[in-house]
Order: sequence, then C-alpha cells, then structure tokens
Amino acid sequence: MEQFFQQLTNGLAVGGIYALIALGYTMVYGVMKLINFAHGDLFTWGGYLGLTLLTSFLLQDRLGVLAGVGVLALMVMGLVGLMGVLLERAAYRPLREAPRLSAVVSALGASIFLQNALMLLYGAQFQVYPDGILPQGSVDVFGLRIPVVRILVLLASLVMMAVLYLFVQKTKIGTAIRAAAIDQGAARLMGIDVNRVVSIVFLIGPALGGSAGLLVGLYYGQVNFTMGWVYGMKAFTAAILGGIGNIPGAMVGGLLLGVVEALGAAYLSIAWKDAIAFCVLILILIVRPTGLLGERVAEKV
Amino acid sequence: MPEPILEIRDLRVKYGNVEALHGVDLAVHPGEIVTILGANGAGKSTTLRAISGLLQPSAGEIRFEGRPAHTVPAHERVRLGIAQSPEGRRVFGTLTVRENLLLGAFTRKDKPGIADSLAFVYRLFPVLQQRRDQLAGTLSGGEQQMLAIGRALMARPRVLLLDEPSLGLAPLLVKAIFHAIREVNQTTGLTVLLVEQNARAALKLAHRGYVMEVGRIVLHDSAQALAADPKVQSAYLGGRK
Ligand SMILES: Nc1ncnc2c1ncn2[C@@H]1O[C@H](COP(=O)(O)OP(=O)(O)O)[C@@H](O)[C@H]1O
Ligand SMILES: [Mg+2]
Repeated sequence: MEQFFQQLTNGLAVGGIYALIALGYTMVYGVMKLINFAHGDLFTWGGYLGLTLLTSFLLQDRLGVLAGVGVLALMVMGLVGLMGVLLERAAYRPLREAPRLSAVVSALGASIFLQNALMLLYGAQFQVYPDGILPQGSVDVFGLRIPVVRILVLLASLVMMAVLYLFVQKTKIGTAIRAAAIDQGAARLMGIDVNRVVSIVFLIGPALGGSAGLLVGLYYGQVNFTMGWVYGMKAFTAAILGGIGNIPGAMVGGLLLGVVEALGAAYLSIAWKDAIAFCVLILILIVRPTGLLGERVAEKV
Repeated sequence: MPEPILEIRDLRVKYGNVEALHGVDLAVHPGEIVTILGANGAGKSTTLRAISGLLQPSAGEIRFEGRPAHTVPAHERVRLGIAQSPEGRRVFGTLTVRENLLLGAFTRKDKPGIADSLAFVYRLFPVLQQRRDQLAGTLSGGEQQMLAIGRALMARPRVLLLDEPSLGLAPLLVKAIFHAIREVNQTTGLTVLLVEQNARAALKLAHRGYVMEVGRIVLHDSAQALAADPKVQSAYLGGRK
C-alpha cells in the first residue's frame, strides 16, 4: 500500500508536468489544426533558461524560496512564450496557405534548430540544477512520507492549470480562443482577429511548456538538450489521450498518463517505463481515436 | 435618394483561378431591406463573404459609408458596422447561447450598451433567453438561426448581412424569423442585405431586390416590380417554365 501511494503521488507530479506540456500541443492544435513538433524543444528551453536565470540572479536567496522560484517561473514563461510567438511568425505563419505537409516539415526543422542551438550554447552533457533550491525532506500526509518537492511540483502544475481553465472559460479573450478553435471564419465575422488569437495561443502554450521544463529541472535536478523528445512524445500522448484540441482533456490525460506510467513502472517493470506511454498511445488510437473527452475525429498529421 | 451606405462596384472574386463573381454592382441605402435572389451557385454567398472580408476581391470596390472597405481586414469591418449571419448559421456549437451572443459583441467595449443589446435580442427571440445557458449545438435549426441573427445584431451593426436565414426551416419558422427582421428594420432603421433562395418570402419583406445569375447581376428593381416580373415569376416564384 505504501508503495502504491508513493507511486501514485509521484505519478501525479510527473503527470502534472505532462499535462502542462500537453496543453501547448492541444491549444495550438485546437486553433491551427497543426501539431507543433517544436513544442517539446521549447519545453527543454524552459529547463535550460530556468537554470541560467536561477544561477545568474539567485532570486531564491534574495526573495525567499517560494517568491524567488515564482518570479523565476514567470520569467521563464515569459521568455519561452516569446519564443513561441516568434516561432509561429517565422516557421508557421508564412505557410498558412501552403499544403499541410509544409508546415509539418517546417515544424520538424524548427525542432532540430531549437535542440541544436541548446547543444551549441550549453554543450551536450546533462546540466545540473544546484542542490536544495526547493525545500528538501518530506512531510507526513495521512501517515505517508511524501517529499516536499513532489507536493510543490504537483501544486504548481495544478495552480497553472486552474488559472488557464478560468482564463479560457471566463474571459473574453478565452472565449475568443474557443470560438476560433471551433470555426475561424465565423470567429472573424465576430470581429475576432484570428492572427492575434494564434499569437496568444503560441504565447500561452509554450509558456506552460517552458514552466514544465523548469519543474523538471527542479524535480529531477538535471536537464538535457534532448529531453524534449521523450517528454514531448509523452505529452503528445497525453493530449491524444484526453482528446486533442480539448483543454480539460489535456489536463486529465497528462495526470492519468503520469499515474499509469508510475504504477506500471513499479508493478510491471521499470524497464518498460517509457514504453508504457507508447502502448497507451497505440491503444487509444485503436480503441478511441477521439480520446477520452474529445468529440472531434482525430485528423491526419 | 440619400448616399448608399453600402456600395459595390465591378466586384470580382476568384476561388483559386476560377472567377465566381464577374463584376457585381449593387447599392444599399440606409434603412432599406434589399434582397439578392438567385439559384444555387449564383454567387450570393460569395458576395456577402467579400463584403465581410472573408474573401478578397480580385478587382472592384466595396465602399461602406462612402469609404473604401475592401482593404479593411475582416475583423475590423465588424467595428465599421458590418455584421453577418452566415449561410448554415455557423453558431459555436460547444459554447452556450449566451457566450455566442456575447461574442457577437466582441468588438464593443460599452458594457451597458451590450447589456441593452442582449435584452433587445432576448425580446426579439425569447426562446434564446430561455436557452441562454444551453450549448448552441443542442438548439433546433430554427433556434440556431435565431441565434445566428441575434449574434450578428449584438455587434449593433449599421448593415446586417443575412445569408439564407430560411434555409432548411419549416414555413412557420421562416415567417417568425422574417417577421423579426422586419420588426428590427422598422423599429431601429437597421439596413438589411438579405440573400435568399426563398424568393417569395424575400420579396414580401424587401424594398428592393437584385437577381443574380452565374456571378452577375441580371436584374434589379423594386421588390414589387420584381414580384410582378414574368421572368422572375417563372424562374424563382415557382411559375411553370
Ligand atoms: N470555397 C469555394 N471554393 C471554390 N469554389 C467555390 C467555393 N464556394 C463557392 N464556390 C463556387 O462559387 C460559385 C458561387 O457560389 P456561392 O457564392 O456559394 O453561390 P450561392 O450562395 O449563390 O449559392 C459557385 O460556382 C460555387 O461552386
Ligand atoms: Mg449561398
């Protein structure tokens, strides 16, 4: 039982990270009907920028841990969000009228570019986060010793998801994003500037993905320039699991995948950990291609 | 005659390499209800899409309140005062009725004015108020049409473009919707450009009409004169050929 709950909470923390990345895939897909294959690399950039900002500003020493890491997260989100906006301008907008495959090729190109830029800037080795940024030790939750880091990572992702959900559901811009995802032409007839919606989506999605990169650095203590591939793949699976284009779906899909993976690794075999996500992906595509909450039929690409 | 509020000159629109409009001219004056009649594929929807900015003309001019409008991006034409209820309604199915209506007022900032417009639309179509928290996709066809029109009215437009509001609706519903259009026109003076295949109903409602055939205007006159025209009767009013 102890092991089960340890794995469950661990799975939720990792799943929260998957969910944050998955939101970027799903929001961009919702409005553009395009998979941003460079999204995993923006996530990685979040991990690296987080490390650089952490060691150059030492905000956690100046402002205290929570405020320091909070400000750090906002800086990372701002920068990676900006990268997302620029990426869309440079790699996708010129191809808006081009055949779908052109945008996919452009996305893959952008992914390779972003990944290699990191390698050139930082080198190919793992980059290690300094020890003890977040409080070490564990706390007692219903008789269970849970690492504080795990709780903080889970809380952080939950808070960001809640804020996003409220933004999308309750604000005027959020409603415009939902409308543009349903019918761009009709949205334009409402006076919605769809280009602006696209920019906003490419700001928010990568910002959330970037924050996930930072959380990975804080949770595992290290980042690598290729990590965007595996995390991207898993988050993409989570987005499909929840129903691509569906925002609550990405949240649920991410958390669920994290838990399934953690429990699978614990009870089946740790060697299978990464394969589990792929099995889940294949299974959904066979059994329920629309995902758990999706109503739209999954399209090609 | 006052200056036209909306004027189209020699409008040409292409889909790819195929020209769908071969030089359309029409004018709508403030307070008028003008209808465009024509068979399927004549180019009526293409005309309205060009007026709203969803399609770029390859030649010609669209002038709104005396100023060129064809260079203005689609989303800003709503702010100018052009709103459209498109063919097939295109309501946002997974949004609520109220959310749909408020999106119609997307370009507006005047909160009290928006609340007034919402009350106005609810008075015009009480069923929308009853269903305001329902997802638009769950409405019947007639209710969705009312929602599409109400949503366009929420922009408080100077010209309302309606693309086949009677499409697929039972006669009683068509009557109710056309009655509502007349009421808005008479009480607020709203200018309406109405595209219809239901020529009989459209000519009863409109002051003037244009007849379109394969991308050209072939006839225009007062609604009365058009209804009495033998060619119109035989082609569009169910007369024997
Ligand atoms: N999206 C499109 N792509 C290519 N051709 C189109 C498209 N929409 C309409 N057309 C063509 O343009 C012409 C006018 O169509 P349309 O404006 O929809 O006619 P109407 O509304 O009068 O029925 C038709 O020949 C139609 O086939
Ligand atoms: Mg049409």
